[in-house]
Amino acid sequence: MEAVILVVVIVMLLSAAAVLLFKDFLAALAAMSVVSLGLSFLFVVVRAPDVAMTEAAIGAGLSSLLFALALRRLGLWRSQ
Amino acid sequence: MRRFTAALFLLGLGVMIAAIYQHMDFSNTAVNAGQAINVVAAQETGAANFVTSVVLAYRGIDTLLELTILFTAAMIGGMVLGRRRIDAPRDPDAGFILRTGADLLFPLLLVVGLYIILHGHLTPGGGFQGGVILASAFFLPLLARPGITLIDQRIVSLVEGLAGATFILIGLLAMFDGKEFLTPLFDKGELGALISAGSLPVLYLAVGIKVGAELAGLLAHLAEAEALD
Amino acid sequence: MDILDSNTILYIAAFGLMLIGIGGIVISNHLMRIIFGIALLEAGANLLLLLSTYNEDASAPIIVNGNVPAMMADPVPQALVLTAIVIGVGILALALSLAIRVQRAYGTLDMREVRLKLEQEISADAGIDMPSSSEKPADIGEVPVNSVVQQESGS
Repeated sequence: MEAVILVVVIVMLLSAAAVLLFKDFLAALAAMSVVSLGLSFLFVVVRAPDVAMTEAAIGAGLSSLLFALALRRLGLWRSQ
Repeated sequence: MRRFTAALFLLGLGVMIAAIYQHMDFSNTAVNAGQAINVVAAQETGAANFVTSVVLAYRGIDTLLELTILFTAAMIGGMVLGRRRIDAPRDPDAGFILRTGADLLFPLLLVVGLYIILHGHLTPGGGFQGGVILASAFFLPLLARPGITLIDQRIVSLVEGLAGATFILIGLLAMFDGKEFLTPLFDKGELGALISAGSLPVLYLAVGIKVGAELAGLLAHLAEAEALD
Repeated sequence: MDILDSNTILYIAAFGLMLIGIGGIVISNHLMRIIFGIALLEAGANLLLLLSTYNEDASAPIIVNGNVPAMMADPVPQALVLTAIVIGVGILALALSLAIRVQRAYGTLDMREVRLKLEQEISADAGIDMPSSSEKPADIGEVPVNSVVQQESGS
């Protein structure tokens, strides 16, 4: 179990750093979704299935949709 | 130079947090409210999911204020984005696959959203999660065919207002009964049955519809705003 | 693996997310990156709040089929985090719509350019010269050439 948690945490922190380092905003958005998915796994680990479900629906789903729509409006949609 | 200073600041912050973590016993916080709630929640509210009992019964007024915050954010978002001009160019229709997929997924998403809302007092889930799924169900056709007006902002605000009023009315009903605001009402029923826990499922249904309508309206506003390129 | 038990790993995740989020807010100049940083910081704070009552022996606070577990996790922080996530999406929507307005008003999302244009607007409206530097050489006594050029090209 600890090994799984360790792998998820490492992936999550790496993609969190990638959110800030990627030049392309679409790639940063995808990395943000990865962070949310990893976080919802960690919420299951700490015995909070309700919160995990909220994070999966809102953090990984709705926030990404909001970001994607905003990027489209801001003209940052195309890859550079 | 600025980056270097910021990196130094972050390093210092990290070292400070590590030091605090070393010297403080984080995980043994003396919080007794939660354990007390775990003991009595099943008898007092009749909901099998204790998080639901806390959200709707023990901290119900907090949830009401939270809905107010969400409403304010969605309203200000709509105000800030403004209306689009009539002659502004629209996005082109999506391709065949997305259009067909949206038609197929719409009823499924509705069913899943309502299921999650109505089983909020039994299983993980509830009004917030189901409301988000309902919002995405109503947003999907708009994504596939940007021209259609599936989400009328007036109907959205009507539905949202009615749901919010239902939430407050159930709270006031308890006050007419001589109890406190938002005390769970009605028969508790059998623990774990679908129709149980008194007024909690009704409250969660109101929360779900309100959150769904709000977020669908917000998404429609964002999608309607003029694109720059 | 004796130093890295699951508790420590989870705390590292929470603090790491918060640090990366603060770093994004402090270091970046682009408004979208700052919003990304706020979202990351919020995620880390949520995890930290849940970890405050985490106990490995506890089970989820839900009664399934009538069996009451011997020890259940604390439902109060879970309810708090549940509402915090939903409020977070409201904050996000507000921030993004403000960013869209900034883009419309100033044509850029780079905070340095936005700040410069904002100062120029304010000093133009107030009818005063834009303050260029606090350490202006005493013997010259004029506005440096650089800022005049910027003022003309910007307006």
